[in-house]
Order: sequence, then structure tokens, then C-alpha cells
Amino acid sequence: MEIIKTAVAGTLESSDCMVTIEPAQRGLEIDLDSAVIRQYGKRIMEVASETLDRLGVQNARVTIVDKGALDCTIKARVECAAMRAVEHDGRVNWGGVIR
Amino acid sequence: MTNPNKYRLRRTMMFLNCQKPGLIKDPYIYKPDSIMLDLEDAVAEREKDAARYSLYHALQEIDYRGVERVVRINGLDTDLWREDVRCAVAGGCDSIRIPKTENADDVRTVEYAIAEAEREFRRPAGSVLIMAALESARGVINAMSICDSSERLFGIALSGGDYSKDLQISISGTGVEFMGARQHMIIAARAAKVQCFDTVWTNLDDMEGFRREVEIIHSMGFDGKSIINPRQIPIVHEIYTPKEKDIIFAEKVIKEIETKKAQGIGVFTVDGKMIDIAFYDGARRTIALAKASGVYKGDL
Amino acid sequence: MINAVGREIPDEILEITGKEGFQGNFYMDDKPVTKIGPTIRPIMNNQKSKLVANIREALIKCEAHDGMTVSFHHHFRDGDLIVNMVMKEIHEMGFKDITICATSLGKAHDPLVPMIEDGTITRIESSGVRGKIGEAISQGKLKGLAIMRSHGGRVRALTTGEAHVDIAFIGAPTSDDYGNLRGIGGKADCGVLSYAIVDGNHADHCVAITDCLVPYPNFPAHISQTKIDYVCVVDEIGIPSKIATGAAKPTTDQRKLLMAQYCTDVVVNTPWFKDGFSYQTGVGGASIASTQYLAEIMRERNIHMGFGVGGLTKAMCQLLDDGMARVMLDVQDFDLDAVHNLKNINHHRIPAGVYANPLNKGAVVNKLDYVVLASLEVDVHFNCNVVVGSDGMITGAQGGHPDTAQGAKCAIVICPLLQGRIPAICTDVTTVTTPGESIDVVVTDYGVAVNPARPDILEALREADCVPLKTIEELRDIAYSIVGEPEKVEFEDRIVGIIEARDGTVIDVVRQIKEIKQPVVYKKRINKRRSNG
Repeated sequence: MEIIKTAVAGTLESSDCMVTIEPAQRGLEIDLDSAVIRQYGKRIMEVASETLDRLGVQNARVTIVDKGALDCTIKARVECAAMRAVEHDGRVNWGGVIR
Repeated sequence: MTNPNKYRLRRTMMFLNCQKPGLIKDPYIYKPDSIMLDLEDAVAEREKDAARYSLYHALQEIDYRGVERVVRINGLDTDLWREDVRCAVAGGCDSIRIPKTENADDVRTVEYAIAEAEREFRRPAGSVLIMAALESARGVINAMSICDSSERLFGIALSGGDYSKDLQISISGTGVEFMGARQHMIIAARAAKVQCFDTVWTNLDDMEGFRREVEIIHSMGFDGKSIINPRQIPIVHEIYTPKEKDIIFAEKVIKEIETKKAQGIGVFTVDGKMIDIAFYDGARRTIALAKASGVYKGDL
Repeated sequence: MINAVGREIPDEILEITGKEGFQGNFYMDDKPVTKIGPTIRPIMNNQKSKLVANIREALIKCEAHDGMTVSFHHHFRDGDLIVNMVMKEIHEMGFKDITICATSLGKAHDPLVPMIEDGTITRIESSGVRGKIGEAISQGKLKGLAIMRSHGGRVRALTTGEAHVDIAFIGAPTSDDYGNLRGIGGKADCGVLSYAIVDGNHADHCVAITDCLVPYPNFPAHISQTKIDYVCVVDEIGIPSKIATGAAKPTTDQRKLLMAQYCTDVVVNTPWFKDGFSYQTGVGGASIASTQYLAEIMRERNIHMGFGVGGLTKAMCQLLDDGMARVMLDVQDFDLDAVHNLKNINHHRIPAGVYANPLNKGAVVNKLDYVVLASLEVDVHFNCNVVVGSDGMITGAQGGHPDTAQGAKCAIVICPLLQGRIPAICTDVTTVTTPGESIDVVVTDYGVAVNPARPDILEALREADCVPLKTIEELRDIAYSIVGEPEKVEFEDRIVGIIEARDGTVIDVVRQIKEIKQPVVYKKRINKRRSNG
């Protein structure tokens, strides 16, 4: 999946996270800012990178500002930002790349 | 075969915005009977996509501990509702709420999309139920045919906000403006043997008014009420909890009917009241409600 | 050594501090204890004035020196101006290696951080620290050890001489020129001076600081002229709006109300809820709501409270005014209603020692039936942590938590199962500040757990069938199933602070937090796929 523009999803409310995806030339870079980084930093990175892998995002710069989001929210926000960044509009492959 | 969830207890259905992770993560702690995960009015136009991703993963990953998960899709006049149905069915929702239902065809249109999604996402046929929100004068007038429209339809709900606009009135808090709609809808629902739910009460500062309204709709025969705040749940449940004397009476009725039936007696008295088989379902309902409210410890 | 709550206390810490590890709640019961008094300079000369022109003069007259210990009270809460005012002067005079012995330190004292960094302040003794000072200590900036002790523990330490104060600075809403101090009648009323009374009794020098000098005698005095060496009048001792706020608006947060309901259900269904029962609660939304629910049931069943104690709020004082409580015993006022309520003749001020000192001949907490507390974390052993955040950073205060929890017959801790993503019910608390043996019931939004050491309470609640009972392990498992098990927070080896149990033994240590690079950058280079076109 080729990121063609910068896109954002999510908010900075408690239990949410804000994900920004920008086009990049080579590889994937994820920045995480989280109040729970010491306890859940690794887990959040894992969920985010697995989600991006599933979506087939290979080149992007991803910034996550986390406010204590659960895994399901992190996935949802990463997916939404990525889909917006590729200007996806139409049927979503629920249960396929989205799961 | 009828979906066993069709007639489940639905005293309270709490509205939650799918777009707010803080709201949808654990509403079950307040013990509503159902939650209604909203993709429609609560979600801003440009967040419709985000709400679906949140909904899908919430349905997939959050254990709602037996609380019914109803998803309100966008209206049939939008280009959003078909994807909403796919997302909700794929996620594993229990039911879909159709907003602004005008007639039986609306229900059948959604039913068709649901059936398609059930096949696409390999869910058992008929596993997703439907409820229809009546939000206009036409919708209310068509209540009977809407109730009869689909085997999946478990109930109809009055949506007071839009209905009052269509009627060109404002909501007074006394309920007088909803009298006709409520009476009409409950009669239609009972005729079709489906459930009937009342509209939300939005003034959280007036809990006394809320309580009065719940008492009214309870006595009218409504199965439950849509709610917007957990604070409203205990009040509804309290009013819907059968009184001790009613439970004892229901227990006697059930036991007597069962023994008298065996003896071939059709009409008899319990506590001086004339009783026949027609009382049986009502007594069963009382016991079921008492069980759900945690006040029945008997063996029925 | 491994202490009675299973925490490893390094021997070198025991050596440096001369302390023992925690041995259990009743280790010091009935053991001989000697009290130690201060060395004072009597004032016999009736010509001598106690008034000094400024803080500097007071410091000079009190023989301020490098390495001294100065003390403060926290009745002015986030509105306190005294600590910063005095420390600024000490800093400007160039004194080094100062120990601060405060009843508590908070966000108002963030300006002390540079003084920690430059070695002016090298040790801190307090019931806890909120704000930037906590972070500084956790980051290892304080050269010496921080000692965290409860309100009762602090009185114990000062009366036994374990802690010694050279100069106590006592902020007073009103004072006369001879040092009779009162908590009311001034510009910045805090109601009571309970926490500072022990400083008056045990510090070598006591300086009263006021912004409202009144004619002699300022009676009845809450701290007597016989304790005070000097009186210093300044422009402002505190910011009234931050000292005693208006009564907190009743919470509408349904989660808090749910926990409040569970808490009240626990209280009214346990055997001590009968006419004459005693009760302490806090200032949080759930605590206040639960007091209001409780009041309704007290009225319904015609049950009156014998006494209420603690930091008081409008909700508690209302019970007194309504005749639903017989007596209020006051060590701190959290809102203006509580301050004004001191006019009620059954609302009494008590010193912190009377309230909670474990090593006197029986403190008020020993007579408590119920206490309702909060906690940052509770573990499956019922140990509580109210000082160190789950991220390892010092962020809270013991206050009277360990004192009341031990004293009360039924100690209830209210905490939401999850704070954002952080599970409050966990396998092991980051730091033990109150031992599990003191905690009887934990109320969360997901259910209520009773300490298995209290089968009587469990039986009563089971019988009443009033709350969703869970085991503490079940609560933890629910939490972990929702948020995932947290990674262990990493610490450096260096110990930056100790947590004292009430009796002065060491219940846990606090280690320096490991620096992490934030934000974490995770780079994954993926080989470019061979292009097909």
C-alpha cells in the first residue's frame, strides 16, 4: 500500500491515540509518545507495526501520540490513518487486512 | 427457527458514540441490557470511517459480558449504510438498528444487505437481528407493517427528537405530544408480537421527570427505554423490577395453571382472582423480569 | 533482608538509617519507647520582643547553619507560600545540605527543584511529594535519601528523636506578637494547625509566619506562645482560593458514583454500621458521593455517627450540622465549609499525634470503625501504593493512609480498576506504602474484593448479596485481560528514598528511575521489492 499523502486519525482524549502517517522514501519509522511507555511501549509498537504489515504499508513515517488507548483502538486508529493516507474509499476488507 | 435472542430482556439500551474509545471500552460495568453503538448522529460526518474501524475492533476484541450489542447504522438516504452493515456484521454485532424507518420496504432492504453480509463474513444465516427506529409521522403510522416486515425484526423504537420535528412540535417533558405515537406503536408491536421501546430522555438534570416518564411507559407496556447516560439505568431497572406481591402471585399462577391443566380444569381462582391459561405468559414474563432484576430466588 | 511484605530491603540501607525492616503491624505494640524533647532557649526577659523584621532575621536569630533541618506544615495545601519564601532566603544566604522535614510537599513547591539540583537541599522527609520535586527525587537529583512517612509516623519520628528539627516555620493565619497561633480569623484561613503542633513541641526553634497580626492574646490558641521563639509578619502566607476551596461539586462521573454506591453498600452491610459508628473518608469524588449515599441510609435507619475524623469536607460537616453525627475530630480542612463548620461546638481540632501517632498510648485511628481510602495501586496481597506512580515516578503522599488503614476495623480502598490503560489492581505494587494486612475491602468499578484475612466481612457481604464480589486475583485478571499485562518498569540500582511504616521500620525502598529516550523510535527497514514494471 503506497502512502500518497499525510493523514491523521484519532484524538488526544483519554483512552484514545492520535496517529499520523506521512509518506516516506525507504522503510517504516514509528515514533511513539505515551504516558504508559514504560509499561506498554513495546506492546503498542508491536500492535502498530503488525497492523501496518497487514495493510502492506512499507514506506511511511508514523507518529503515535497515545493517551492510554487499548490495543483495539490503536489498531483502529492506525488503520484509519493509513486508509486515509492512501485515499481509500469504498468497501473495506473486514476480517481480511482489517482484523 | 427463531433467533433465541429475539425476545431477550431489553429494559435499557444505552447509546454510545463509536468514535469515543473511552465510552465503548467498558459500558457493561453499568449493566445495561443492551448497548447501541452509534455510527449515525453521534459521529461527525468526517469521522464516519474512523467510527467503523473503532466499531469493528471493539466488537471483535472487547468482551461485553453478555450485554447485547446493537449497531445503529446511517440512514438509508446516505451512501454510508451498506458499509456500516458490512462492518457491523463482520465485527459480530447482535443486532442492527435502522434509523428513520419509514416503511416495511426499508426493513427488507436492510435485511437483504444483512443476509448478504452474513454470507460474506460466514456468520450463520439469521444471526443478526433488526430493530427499527420510527422517527417520523409516516413511520409511526406504518408501525404495523414495519412490525410485520421481517422475521429478524425484534422490535420498534420511538425516536422522539426527529418525530417531534416532523410533527412540528417541541418536546414538553410531560409526554403529551408522544401519547398517540406511543399508544399506536405499543399496540402494533403487541399485535405483531415484537418488542417496543421508548425514546431517550435528554435532560440529565431532571431525574424526577425521567422517573415519571419511565413509570408511564412501563405502565403502557413498553419493553424498555433508550438511555443516554448510565445514571438512568438503575432507575429504569428499578421500575421494571416486579414487586414482591406480583412475583408471589405470578408464581402461584404458574404452579396452579400447571396442576389444573393436568387435572383438566380451565378456569379457577388464585387469591380470589379469576385465572385461566391466558394469564400464563404474563406470569412467566414477571418471573423472567424478577430473575433478571436479581430479586427472584425461587425454582421456576 | 526480605521484610514482612516480601520486599527486599538492602542491608546497607538499614545500616545507613539505623532502621529495621518492616515486621508486621503490631511489632512495636507494648514495647518501651522513650520520648525526646527539644533544646530550647527560655524567654524570661519580659522586655524581649518576638517580632522579627523578616525571614532572614529569623534565620540568623535561630542560628541557621549548613546541614540543618527545617520543617513546614501543609495546611495551606496548593496555596502554600511559606516553604518557597523560607527556602528562597536560605538559598540566598548560601546555606547548604539542608534537610526539609515537611508534613507534605506538593505542586506549589516546584521552585525547590533548582535548590535540590545545586545541593542546597540534600534530604527530604515528608509524607510524600507531588509535582516536580517527586520527579527530581525519582531522577536521582536529591543527594541524600528521601524519607516518606505517614502523618502519624512523622509525629512518632519527632517525638522519639529519630527526626530532629532545628527550625520549624509555622505558617499561621493569625498570630499575636507573642506567638499565639490560630488557623482562623486571617486572610488565608486553613481552619486548623494540627500537623504543626508536634513541631511546636519538638523543634529547637519555632518561627511563626503570619500575614495577619492580631492583638494579644490570640485566644484560644491552636499553638501556644510557649512554643514560639519568633513571629515574622509577611505580606502573604498563602493563596486562599487554593487552600480551602469551595466545596467540590458533587461528581456526575458515573464510574465514581458506581464505586461510591458499592462502597456505601459495603459499609451498611457490615457489622459495625450501627448507632454510634465511627467513620473517616477522603476528598475524592467517589468518597464524597459515598458519604452522601451513606447519609441517606443513616436517615432511613435512624443510625447516627458517633464520630467522624480526618481531613474534613462539607459532606462530613453536613452530618454534624444535621444532627446525624455527634462529633467531628479535625486534622485538616479541605473546603471552606469545613473551615466555617469549626464554629460548631462539636467540631474539635485534634493534633496529628492524637489522630495517628502509632507510638503513643492509643491514637484516634484505633477507634475507627470505617475508613474509606484511595490508592494508586493495590496488589493481590492487598498491599497499597499511594506514593509511587505505576511508571516508577514519585507522585503521591502517604498522608494518613497507613495510619487509618491499620487503625480501622474495616479499611475500604476505592480505586477504579483501570486508570487509562494502567491496571490499578496488579500482581505486585510498584512500591508498598500500606501493608495488605491493614486493608480489608477493595472497591472497584468492576467489583468488590475482600481480604481473605477477613472472613467475617466476606460472610456479611455474601449474606447481604449487595455488591458484585470478586477475589482480588479475579479483579487483577479482568484488568490484565483488558489492557494486557504491563511490562515491569525498569529502575537503576540506586535507592533514592525509603518508605517508612508507621512504626519507623522500612516497608519498601524507592529506586531511581531509568531514563528512557522519549519518543522511542522504532525503525524497520524493509528491502525494496523488485519492481515489475
